[in-house]
Amino acid sequence: MADGASNDAFVEFERVQKSYDGETLVVKDLNLSMPRGEFLTMLGPSGSGKTTCLMMLAGFETATHGDIRLGGKSINDIPPHKRGIGMVFQNYALFPHMTIAENLSFPLEVRGMSKSEREGKIKRALDMVEMGDFGGRRPAQLSGGQQQRVALARALVFEPELVLMDEPLGALDKQLREKMQFEITHLAHNLGITTVYVTHDQTEALTMSDRVAVFDDGRIQQLASPDTLYESPENSFVAQFIGENNTLEGTIKELKGETCIVELDDGEIIDAKPVNVDKVGDRTLVSIRPERVEIDGSRLQEGAHTLDAEVLEFIYMGDIFRTRLRVAGKDDFIIKTRNAPDQQRLQPGQKIKIGWLAEDCRALDA
Amino acid sequence: MSDSTDTGPVLAADGSPLKQSLARALRREKMRALALIAPLLFFVVLTFIIPILSMLFRSVENQIVSDTMPGTVAAIQDWDTGGGEAPDELVFQHLFIDLFNASEAKEHTKLGTRLNYEQTGLSSLFRTSGRRLDDIGETFQDPLEEIDPAFEEADFWYSMMNGEGGEGLLEERRDMWNAQVGGGMDGDVGFVPSQSMIDLLPWTTTAYTDWAIWAAIEDEDVVAEEEPWEAVYGALGIDLRNPETVAAIADYDGPGAEQLQAAVANMDQLPQTSFREAFAEMDEDWLDPEVWDTIAVYSPRFTSGYFLTAVDMKLSAEGVTAQPEDRQLYIKLFNRTLFMSLVITGSCILLGYPVAWLLANLPLRTANVLMILVLLPFWTSLLVRTSAWKVLLQQQGVINEILVWLGFVDDANRLILMNNQTGTIIAMTHILLPFMILPLYSVMKTIDPSYLRAAKSLGATNIVAFWRVYFPQSVPGIGAGSILVFILSIGYYITPEIVGGTDGVFISNRIAYHISSSLNWGLAAALGSILLVVVLVLYWLYDRIVGIDNVKLGG
Ligand SMILES: Nc1ncnc2c1ncn2[C@@H]1O[C@H](COP(=O)(O)OP(=O)(O)OP(=O)(O)O)[C@@H](O)[C@H]1O
Ligand SMILES: [Mg+2]
Repeated sequence: MADGASNDAFVEFERVQKSYDGETLVVKDLNLSMPRGEFLTMLGPSGSGKTTCLMMLAGFETATHGDIRLGGKSINDIPPHKRGIGMVFQNYALFPHMTIAENLSFPLEVRGMSKSEREGKIKRALDMVEMGDFGGRRPAQLSGGQQQRVALARALVFEPELVLMDEPLGALDKQLREKMQFEITHLAHNLGITTVYVTHDQTEALTMSDRVAVFDDGRIQQLASPDTLYESPENSFVAQFIGENNTLEGTIKELKGETCIVELDDGEIIDAKPVNVDKVGDRTLVSIRPERVEIDGSRLQEGAHTLDAEVLEFIYMGDIFRTRLRVAGKDDFIIKTRNAPDQQRLQPGQKIKIGWLAEDCRALDA
Repeated sequence: MSDSTDTGPVLAADGSPLKQSLARALRREKMRALALIAPLLFFVVLTFIIPILSMLFRSVENQIVSDTMPGTVAAIQDWDTGGGEAPDELVFQHLFIDLFNASEAKEHTKLGTRLNYEQTGLSSLFRTSGRRLDDIGETFQDPLEEIDPAFEEADFWYSMMNGEGGEGLLEERRDMWNAQVGGGMDGDVGFVPSQSMIDLLPWTTTAYTDWAIWAAIEDEDVVAEEEPWEAVYGALGIDLRNPETVAAIADYDGPGAEQLQAAVANMDQLPQTSFREAFAEMDEDWLDPEVWDTIAVYSPRFTSGYFLTAVDMKLSAEGVTAQPEDRQLYIKLFNRTLFMSLVITGSCILLGYPVAWLLANLPLRTANVLMILVLLPFWTSLLVRTSAWKVLLQQQGVINEILVWLGFVDDANRLILMNNQTGTIIAMTHILLPFMILPLYSVMKTIDPSYLRAAKSLGATNIVAFWRVYFPQSVPGIGAGSILVFILSIGYYITPEIVGGTDGVFISNRIAYHISSSLNWGLAAALGSILLVVVLVLYWLYDRIVGIDNVKLGG
């Protein structure tokens, strides 16, 4: 994990704040540092300030406080058109009165490039996104996915070092989105471009990025690689936001190094791993992934605590089974089991015992 | 499109050919749609299509001449138009009968007014002559009654004229009256001209029939009980001058034979002057060949005369010629109207574009206030707004006072901002501005601000981004606004009338003048038709150059 101000950082936010109305801070104390060539995704619920950050980086909004640096130089006073940042907009913003080729030619023309030079670059960029045959069409004559590719090609054609993408796949259907996710990451890595990508689709964030910055309430809640984020969320917001999660509320009963004992509100006792709890008696929210819950007692460690559960619903989903349980008085405890030949199929009404490894159950702030 | 399959027509579920059942379904849908818009269609036809057609018709219609003077118009066909001589006696004899009828029906003044558009003086010629035709008739009536008092008696005339076989003449003359007074002359006359009289005294019988129809239907008298009007005596005079008629009277032994023979015997008591001379005595203009040229040129039922006048030409005996220099007016007015409309459209674009841009880009609340300011003029009467400009633009008006006070202009050289083209352009730009701003605004509103951002992120400066990305997308709004403003201003009337003086008036002011003051509706219609055609041609040109689908009134 990169920290605050390493020297080879390409993009840096330092203590950046932003307020639109002078009353509320939309971005509160943002610190971020990206090395060259990284694919970083900003993930967060609607209104968490992702677009605002991107706009500050692109130069369309000014930071109320703090410093944004690009390649070591502060860019606060550089107008957008001089920043040389490629940008893909959520609605693509392809100029409707120009053909595809003219759209791509635009950034090259304003840079005063000669015609022959332009043509070569346009052709290469279009070929890169497999749109070589569409140069003469207008944006309105393309499908959503094709427009998306053209937007990407346009953002890349003038060879920027940094590309910003604000929910570029939001308007596409699931299949096309998955295809484009792959293509975008592929391109970005092949060209060695530094990319800041905004989305509120967590699967997209997890599959595409080198690192993901989870935004909430104008702050980065956690900045980490996808697997760390999934497996070791640092606080309850991240845990709940990333992937599916079961949460149980309780109080810390015992703290002993790597594990702790939590007493749930109905008096039952479970094992957990303390993440951001400090002392015995703290309120905590324990979080456990559905696929880490064991229903087979023999797989648990010696002396591990178990909980009583009642099966409420069993859903067959093909590759997995999804079962809803009543646990510790709550009706929304989910477990997922793999569809293997020896796997037990639970029946509604069945009473079972569940448990987990202490390190899979994270005791987070309440 | 042709059916590309060669396996025969595709069949619908019920076995009928698919094409047929599709056509049937579509037709039903169309009928339903048609029924839905029927009231609107009716309204449009009634208030738009019909008036335009009637205008087009009016601009070429010229039936009044041949309807009012059918005999004269027919007789004049043989006359040598432009030959420098007034026509001969026969034409004047017809003129006597036609004009007599017309003046009884009070139609001769309308004819005079119509012909006066083409040659001044004709109106009074017709008016004064119409009044004095009775006198000409009396110069025959008095001596005839002297020769035999029976000529004074209703029965005498009736028993002589009434008979059978003359239904054809009766209907023909009834049609003449109907054409002249615009209908309403149907009904029982109680009289049928006798065929033997038609053969013996054609003029007299015709004149008597004219009178009989008028007396029976218009005056609701009984034909057998009334003495005919003076024209009948005049017509008898015409007949008696024909030697063949005189010979036939000698052999005639029907009713009134004795009196007619007495009249022949005493011919020397009847006036000897020709009708030509009689008319000349009334007004010597009747011998002016130009008067007759005008009547002859405008005798056809349809004329291009109005259109020619509208383009500063005229129809004369020599064919189509240019109007004299001092009467050339309309081409200049058309040019001025087009030129000033262009200037007004241009200044509306210049002033309206930034305002529309602000409207589309300001925060909602400020934009709303601005929008109210833009719409405010719509809520004030046009007349009030224009009059307000009068207050502002006068030489002693607000603008001049301020300029003088600021020392920009000298008190002695105050700007002349009104009663000229400047005044019209200023006031009309202001009045038509909303018609430019609103379409522009509605188009600009749909231009996503992200286009500008995209352009800037791609490296364009503000100016380049605006000019290459924003402006082209707003062109449809400019197009729509320009068409609206241009077409509105080309037909504008009130504002030029009030602030335009003589230099700043439009063609429409002239049209209004012809409609309400000179009552020359034919010319007004011709001018209006030309205006319509000009607008259509410009619209077509615009479509060719810019493309009409490039015009947007909104998203
Ligand atoms: N131009 C603006 N003026 C005032 N407030 C704004 C403006 N743009 C955004 N905001 C506010 O700033 C906050 C963050 O907005 P932002 O667009 O950055 O969210 P986001 O994370 O991109 O959300 P989403 O996922 O819905 O796009 C929101 O509360 C929003 O209402
Ligand atoms: Mg956003």
